[in-house]
Amino acid sequence: MPIDWFPLWLSLRVAFVSTMLAIALGLSIAYLLANRDFRGKEIVDAAVTLPLVLPPTVIGFYLLVVIGRASPLGRIWEQIFRSPLVFTWKAAVIAALLHSLPLLVKSARAALESVDRSCERAARTLGASEWRLFWRVTLPLARRSIMAASALAFARSLGEFGATLMVAGNIPGRTQTVALAIYDAYENGNTTVALTLVLVISAVALGILTFSNWLSPK
Amino acid sequence: MIQASIRKTFPPRPDSTGFSLDIDFKAAAGVTVLFGPSGAGKTLVLDSLAGFVRPDEGRIMLDDAILFDGATGVHLTPQARNCGYVFQDYALFPHMTLRENLAFAAERRPRLERHRRVKEMLERFRIAEVAGRRPHEVSGGQRQRCSIARALIGAPRLLLLDEPAQGLDAPLRGEFYEVLRQVRAEFPTPILLVTHDLDECFELGEEMLVLRAGRLVQSGAPREILDRPASLDVARLLGAFNLFPAQIRTLDPGRNTSRVQIGEFEVDGPYFPGRLKGDRVTICVRPEQLTAAARNGRPGPNQIPAILERTVERPQWVRLEFSGGIAVDLPRAEYERQRDNREWVIEFPPAALRAL
Repeated sequence: MPIDWFPLWLSLRVAFVSTMLAIALGLSIAYLLANRDFRGKEIVDAAVTLPLVLPPTVIGFYLLVVIGRASPLGRIWEQIFRSPLVFTWKAAVIAALLHSLPLLVKSARAALESVDRSCERAARTLGASEWRLFWRVTLPLARRSIMAASALAFARSLGEFGATLMVAGNIPGRTQTVALAIYDAYENGNTTVALTLVLVISAVALGILTFSNWLSPK
Repeated sequence: MIQASIRKTFPPRPDSTGFSLDIDFKAAAGVTVLFGPSGAGKTLVLDSLAGFVRPDEGRIMLDDAILFDGATGVHLTPQARNCGYVFQDYALFPHMTLRENLAFAAERRPRLERHRRVKEMLERFRIAEVAGRRPHEVSGGQRQRCSIARALIGAPRLLLLDEPAQGLDAPLRGEFYEVLRQVRAEFPTPILLVTHDLDECFELGEEMLVLRAGRLVQSGAPREILDRPASLDVARLLGAFNLFPAQIRTLDPGRNTSRVQIGEFEVDGPYFPGRLKGDRVTICVRPEQLTAAARNGRPGPNQIPAILERTVERPQWVRLEFSGGIAVDLPRAEYERQRDNREWVIEFPPAALRAL
């Protein structure tokens, strides 16, 4: 029986987009957590970490409440794009994003905080704005750790199952990611398909984790 | 010209005792040394001037610009202060070459001038031939020169150096003193240097501020402070004195003489203004002002007999430590002639004695 590779491509695409979003969003949050003192800072950190410990179904439920077709956000989306957000691959991206964000924020905050403070102070005395300091000094010095964390976030996104099922559904050829396809194949007795996908996704994840370890500062 | 009046209090916390800084000083062009033991607040002073620390109150003026004013709430960011800061660990950007480090700092100069300015500084600080290397690929001395060049390239109006010679070996230290003398000659800005090394104060400082526990305890030329420490505290901090508890026996302002009792002996001293007969004082005298000789019969006037307990050898001189806690520095040759003696006499030149 020929194997449908669409779920693998979809998973890679979802993971890629969600990782890019996680980098942009995660770095901003990590920057605030590492550099600013504000009330409730540790609560923000804890809230961002929450998806790491909550059951994926809880996240899926929250997402349906926030971006479902009946929610204000879902309606605005439908007004603008003329189609619902839920049950599309974009919803899968959001589910994956929520699960990869904690990894990124945690690692990026630690990486930004571990950058030599005197280098940052030196840049300030040399007249560098906070913006230039971040892009030219802090980020390059934290680069390896952040790339390692991004690889980890990518790997994590590949494996998202529960929340994706709830907000994106399991529509073959549209929102069926590898994790869902494996479940489906197994349920329908297509053990060969399931096994092939299992092996492929394991190999991809192993490769990414090895890459991430290699990037991590020794 | 920098004029600072800084007050800053850190209340005691479970993990640390409190600290308060309360200091007023001025520094003109040339090198002013901030001297004091660790924990005296020297780095806190630099950080307040550079803008990393906001004082509770006071005022900091650099030339005619207000950097900080507690009363009106002015507190310029470090970026806006234009102070060069050479950090203890140099804080060169490890991911940039030396040239890129300088170029980063030159970015606030006009675009056309940058390239020429970087080239000029690389040459002036003798790092042109390693300009393409990263900081960890060059020697300690080159790193240090690069960090000074980087601090100076933006033409700062104040240069701050935090223990720059800390951890350098003797030849590098000498080289650094040379570089700093060059900087002093070529850049007409006040230079504030933090150190706890007395030799460095003398090597570099035109002015010296002595700090202890967040307070300025004496200021002046290093020579002057060594000759006339203002208090027992200062004398202890400098660590370069014999300090003996003593009592004044007689005072004669007419002949500018006195007689003081140190332990069981009496020696002549100068007249001590403001002191009374019977006062208990601390007599302060530097080890190199005393002379020691092998004992030969009865001690003469102003000589105290003592037993040699220990010697500390230095390249040019030898420190002799005697019973009663008396330290004497002798030129090596003079010590060699009489080294096998146990019993010595120590002569106190009257004019060298100071009462604190």
